[in-house]
Amino acid sequence: MSEQKAIISVIGVDRVGIIYNVSKLLAENNINILDISQTILKDIFTMIMIVDIKNSSNDFNILKEELKNLGENLGVKIDIQKEDIFRAMHRL
Amino acid sequence: MGFAFEEIEETIRMVQSEKLDIRTITMGISLRDCSGNNADTIAKKIYDKITRKAENLVKVAEELESEFGIPIVNKRISVTPIAIVADNIEKDEFIKIASSLDKAAKNVGVNFIGGYSALVHKGFTDGDLNLINSIPQVLSETERVCSSVNVATTKAGINMDAVALMGKIIKDTAYRTKENDGIGAAKLVVFCNAPEDNPFMAGAFHGVGEGECVINVGVSGPGVVLAALSKLPKTADFGQISETIKKTSFKITRAGELIGRLAAQRLNTSFGILDLSLAPTPEIGDSIANILESMGLSKCGSHGTTAALALLNDAVKKGGVMASSYVGGLSGAFIPVSEDAGMIEAVEAGALSIEKLEAMTCVCSVGLDMIAIPGDTPYETISAIIADEMAIGMINKKTTAVRIIPAPGKKEGDYVEFGGLLGHAPVMKVNSFSPKDFIERGGRIPAPLHSLNN
Repeated sequence: MSEQKAIISVIGVDRVGIIYNVSKLLAENNINILDISQTILKDIFTMIMIVDIKNSSNDFNILKEELKNLGENLGVKIDIQKEDIFRAMHRL
Repeated sequence: MGFAFEEIEETIRMVQSEKLDIRTITMGISLRDCSGNNADTIAKKIYDKITRKAENLVKVAEELESEFGIPIVNKRISVTPIAIVADNIEKDEFIKIASSLDKAAKNVGVNFIGGYSALVHKGFTDGDLNLINSIPQVLSETERVCSSVNVATTKAGINMDAVALMGKIIKDTAYRTKENDGIGAAKLVVFCNAPEDNPFMAGAFHGVGEGECVINVGVSGPGVVLAALSKLPKTADFGQISETIKKTSFKITRAGELIGRLAAQRLNTSFGILDLSLAPTPEIGDSIANILESMGLSKCGSHGTTAALALLNDAVKKGGVMASSYVGGLSGAFIPVSEDAGMIEAVEAGALSIEKLEAMTCVCSVGLDMIAIPGDTPYETISAIIADEMAIGMINKKTTAVRIIPAPGKKEGDYVEFGGLLGHAPVMKVNSFSPKDFIERGGRIPAPLHSLNN
């Protein structure tokens, strides 16, 4: 089976350890990070990760829940969405 | 090809702050194989079929919501017009069938089931009449059943007997649900040229030309369109406005098509249509009225509103048909009063009247929608409002509808409160001159000639 991409977005107030903690959780779930871009948008930390969830050791919904909980601990909002929606909306 | 940061950010923003959603996934189920000799048999067949077909509808919709991060606000069912399935039973027995629809809807977890309907644009069968006469009881005694009656088409004309009857039925339905401000009437639509594949309630039903089971999707994004327009400079001309709406509509529609196709695949049914309607919600920032105002009108309802709505509607369709080849349903902006914060405000400010809303329905889908009027409005007046709206649909070869609530005990300026997506509405003024003799004539207004267009 080929890659199964998902997009993780992290939005919130900047602090030390956001990237570290998100990456750690992903590594623990056997998820490969394909791309990271990060910027400060209107004083808000914004990070977008493209990941491959094909070999994820967890069900998508559990992973989503774990990311959400991590976000709450870090004081940021973390979402994960399958990539197809972006492809549908932005690519012909 | 990878995605630009801006593209990803745009989608996330549309969902999180601009209220992009899939307004409804509606499973259309044919009940043509559920007819029988008596109400009990029919009711049982209907219950069994709906609960079997729609067993996983809500589950699949929730999975898709989670995976793609786009909320699916409503999960619903539409069925073959019940007057066709059950044509040979008595009025008092129809409640059994309606209860069975209601129970099936509760069992599978959908909030509305549409199709308690009859198509009587040219004439009534005995079954049609029995069904229509049972509507007030059905809508007051069931919770999730929605009803519609098609009383006119461009090809058949207007069944004025049905128009007269529906005035009485609407009044009676509202009266029987007077504890809840007449909410029964909010679940009842009178149509001209009713579409067979419309996924939006209360007018959804599964037409006789449809297949066994389909998934129809209604996408919606008034908030997204409003946000896109508000980024334009004040001096942008109408060409630029139209272009912006088209591009936005394209993206919204593509999201809807993806969700609809996946839903159909996972439910083992076929994908039907995407309805491109912009459907407002009572939430701030999700309003059609505000879109029209953003084009430069100080209040929705001012002169210029009809032109603005025509532009909006056309641009949404142009962007949408490019994005999907299976566009159907109503596909146009809804202009309900109670469900749109901007419309409510416009009525309160005195900018928006029923007459202006009627004019606006000439250029948009649907029609007079979710309008509360004084409870003591005579039935002939309600019928005459319906007749006007049906005439607009008939002559202009388009769908029009009336969903009007004569709020029991309420006067102009009072409020009705329905809660949830149905919202709340100020009771609007109706013309007090009587059309009684006109409505009492009965018969049929003949179908129009369409060779000498003007």
